[in-house]
Amino acid sequence: MAKELTLPEKPKSKIKLIKRITILVALVLIYTWTFTSINIRWDVIFSERTLDNFDRIIPKFFQPAIDQTGSIMEMMFETLFIAYTGSLAAAIIAVPLAFLCASNMVKNKFLNNIGMWILGGVRAFPEIVLAIIFVAAVGPNPFAGVLAIAIGSTGMLGKLYSEVLESIDMNVVEALEASGANKLQILFYGILPQVLPEFLSYAIYRFEIDVRASSVLGIVGAGGIGTLITFAYMNRNWEEVGMILLVIIITVTIIDQISGFIRKRLV
Amino acid sequence: MSKHPSSFTPKGLYPAKTKWITTISLLVVLGFYLLSSFKTDSFIVNFFVKLPNVFGLISDFFPPDWSYVSSIWPKLFETIHIAIIATTVAVIISIPFSLLTANNVTTNSWLYQGMRFILNIIRTVPDIVLAVVFVGLFGIGAFSGIVALIVFAVGILVKLMSEVIETIDMNPTEAIRASGGNTLQTISFAIVPQVLPQFISFSLYVFEINIRASLVLGLVGAGGIGQLLNTQINFMNYPAVSTIIIIVFAVVVVIDYISSKLREGLV
Repeated sequence: MAKELTLPEKPKSKIKLIKRITILVALVLIYTWTFTSINIRWDVIFSERTLDNFDRIIPKFFQPAIDQTGSIMEMMFETLFIAYTGSLAAAIIAVPLAFLCASNMVKNKFLNNIGMWILGGVRAFPEIVLAIIFVAAVGPNPFAGVLAIAIGSTGMLGKLYSEVLESIDMNVVEALEASGANKLQILFYGILPQVLPEFLSYAIYRFEIDVRASSVLGIVGAGGIGTLITFAYMNRNWEEVGMILLVIIITVTIIDQISGFIRKRLV
Repeated sequence: MSKHPSSFTPKGLYPAKTKWITTISLLVVLGFYLLSSFKTDSFIVNFFVKLPNVFGLISDFFPPDWSYVSSIWPKLFETIHIAIIATTVAVIISIPFSLLTANNVTTNSWLYQGMRFILNIIRTVPDIVLAVVFVGLFGIGAFSGIVALIVFAVGILVKLMSEVIETIDMNPTEAIRASGGNTLQTISFAIVPQVLPQFISFSLYVFEINIRASLVLGLVGAGGIGQLLNTQINFMNYPAVSTIIIIVFAVVVVIDYISSKLREGLV
């Protein structure tokens, strides 16, 4: 006699179902809203002109303007300098802010929150918007770019630093305190040795990002290779755009490799 | 009275070699900083010299022109639509690509290395440069911005996703296969449940990045609120500029908050 095999029922919860339906409805609403109100002129995009553009522009990318290498490299170095100065400044400014945010360093919820708000506020600005503001403030020169990079990077670095600080081993700090060390000694012998490698690693990682960011700042006049991009693009000089792209790709790849190597050694 | 034969004098906590390396790296960092500050004309002193300008600018920017808000909404929504469409398409495209760049799924080393190489190159190109190229190809408008963001987002998503796929536990796959599941069942019961939360989380994260990026794409004519920003800056209409910046700031903060809450619920 074969016994009827009964499987246990699948666990079902009403809350989960309601949650899923809500998410689904929200998604459907968002997508209908998006697709009904976006304004794309398909007739212009799929036209003869676009095909012409492809025929005209794409081959030019593969014949980059080699003769421009000198001036492009010069601007690329300026970009690197902007990124370097900016991220170094940020790496230093972020330290006190990180201490302010870390709840095991400053035992005051209110001050922690103020620090968090400052960093969060700074992070909400895209770099290029900061660059626009600083170009208006100090004029169209590399210094505006440096300021934009410095302020923009501080937000992210401060947050990462404070997370590192919160995860340190507090026993070391306690032991130093118990044996009579003052605040400065605790900082130098208890906290910094624990966090310095990670701080440096994050700073170098941020430098990688900043090289990418500062290569576009020139579009709003904040110095660096972006300036050349704007000129080449306005003159429809696609050979030069191709060459600039090539230089950016090679430089960023080299920087990434070097920084990856250093970071592996550090941590 | 006993005298110590030779009193012990500690030489310091760190070996001499470490000290040398630290000193030399510090000097290199400092030297490069001086060089780049000199090249970009951005010594800290400059900041204080130009501080009056900054304050003068603040008085230009304030008070924001609130009557301008009504003309911001359409462009703001276009920006959000660009980000939504670009993220959706990028997520769909990146699924097969992330399988191809995960070394536990794609065991062919040539294919795997090739895909990684292509993606690394895509990721070095800044988003605005992509927008410049696509505006050249497709003409001014939202479509160019969408295409640029798709390429940009695929670069990030595939990297993040392939790393997740590489770290999954392969035992469930084996277990399901051993108890007679076919390939489709193996994927849907062993692989998908392991990567889905991370996948959705990364998609939201990329959406955040895309919102930020799409705000500035308009600077080169790729649609969205950046176009408005560009016009108002060229007109030196600073009260309107500050209105745009405040609204951008609010939108970024709100979307980041929603998305981070959703992501906390997921992972």
